[in-house]
Amino acid sequence: MSHTPSELKYASSHEWARLEEDGSVTVGITDHAQEALGDVVFVELPGVGDTLAAGDEAGVVESVKAASDIYAPIGGEVIEVNSALEDEPETVNADPYNDGWFYKLKPADAGELDKLLSAEDYQQHCEDED
Amino acid sequence: MTEPSLDLLHTPLYDLHRELGGKMVPFAGYAMPVQYAPGVKKEHLHTREQAGLFDVSHMGQLLLRGDGAAAALEALVPVDIIDLPPGKQRYALFTNDAGGLLDDLMVTNFGDCLYLVVNAACKEQDIAHLEASLPGDVRLERLDDRALVALQGPAAAAVMARLAPATAEMVFMDSRRMAIAGQDCFISRSGYTGEDGFEISIPAAGAEAFVRQLLSEEEVALIGLGARDSLRLEAGLCLYGHDIDTTTTPVEASLLWAISKARRADGERPGGFPGADIILEQIATKAVARKRVGLVGEGRAPVREGTELFDAQGNAIGRVTSGTFGPSAELSVALAYVSSEHAALETTVFAEVRGKRLPMKVARTPFVPQRYHRG
Repeated sequence: MSHTPSELKYASSHEWARLEEDGSVTVGITDHAQEALGDVVFVELPGVGDTLAAGDEAGVVESVKAASDIYAPIGGEVIEVNSALEDEPETVNADPYNDGWFYKLKPADAGELDKLLSAEDYQQHCEDED
Repeated sequence: MTEPSLDLLHTPLYDLHRELGGKMVPFAGYAMPVQYAPGVKKEHLHTREQAGLFDVSHMGQLLLRGDGAAAALEALVPVDIIDLPPGKQRYALFTNDAGGLLDDLMVTNFGDCLYLVVNAACKEQDIAHLEASLPGDVRLERLDDRALVALQGPAAAAVMARLAPATAEMVFMDSRRMAIAGQDCFISRSGYTGEDGFEISIPAAGAEAFVRQLLSEEEVALIGLGARDSLRLEAGLCLYGHDIDTTTTPVEASLLWAISKARRADGERPGGFPGADIILEQIATKAVARKRVGLVGEGRAPVREGTELFDAQGNAIGRVTSGTFGPSAELSVALAYVSSEHAALETTVFAEVRGKRLPMKVARTPFVPQRYHRG
């Protein structure tokens, strides 16, 4: 059973978003997503300074098996990326909600977070998909 | 989770795969395990470090019997079968009249018969191809009642020696017929991973007990088709239908080593196989428009089958036929066809991945050292 922390918000495309104390939003992929992908061997991150709208392609995660696009759960400007994933992409499997984060956004409208799924709704969404 | 549809064929080990958590997928008409709980990468690394056990019972196992069997098979492959010594196995290729490849296969001389292992997806076509050309005194027997398993990795020899001590005497490409746990087995010291190891053909009825016995050895773990693919790719071995097919000649496919001296223009029995005129001409002139090469990425991004390749000026020069991130090589590795002027080692080519041109270098294969036991 995959882990779905209750303090995070979720996109149906399997990204999580966390509102930080400084107002930025950290984004990664969920435990459910990393499990489904299998061993991650490569992560392509957005560029710092890129402006994304909710639902925009924000990068790619590749496992031994296949490539999957990752999408921006909310809109904003990319202010930091987790470059450690370039050399250690397996961190996404080992620790998807902490060291395996992908990038941080300065949200265009923090209200967009309210449109995302709660942990409970996301779990239901995953069960419906299976 | 969608279950594979019911019309898929099952190998004699299907129930065991299900019991042991195999994720079953359709492959060449069979329900086969693509991976088990540890996943592709761990299974791959386990094989390189210990011993991986693969169910390859979907492959076609055939016997050719009769005095003319070797000569009859020789007429279909650019390989020396007549002088294949008893107890030895050899890699062979079924060619077509255009010099293309209908399948690749392993041939073993068991003294009183030839034993063939062909690709699952090609087996019906191979059987028809053989039957159409065999003389009346050569009989083709399908061994549909046999399983085939491969035990591969540095611990494979020690494990096999516990079950069948006589296997310790065998070297790479040796084959023996022997009883293991009371079963009539065909065993060869070969495989598809670049590691030392064995392939064991066993009557279907005894297969599950034999596999359970192997799995009770602490070094042994079941490995799925996913890791089988990444292991063979790192070993630089072609996958039929991807890296070779009816449109690729052995010379284009860089499989010159598989064409026996005896069958070449200056050999004892030159030509005499389908497409010989074209293939021998390509050997003589070295004039082929494209060649299969190994590629290593400068970055870590996997470059997958179908990816287009370009030169520095932006001209299209070829296409990737297999590619992944090699868990042991720790590099992005691929097999590809490129135009011959770009086939030299160290040539830089560019792979178009998601709109970006990623630099890769033509590299020697295998991408990891072979560890065959040559005695």
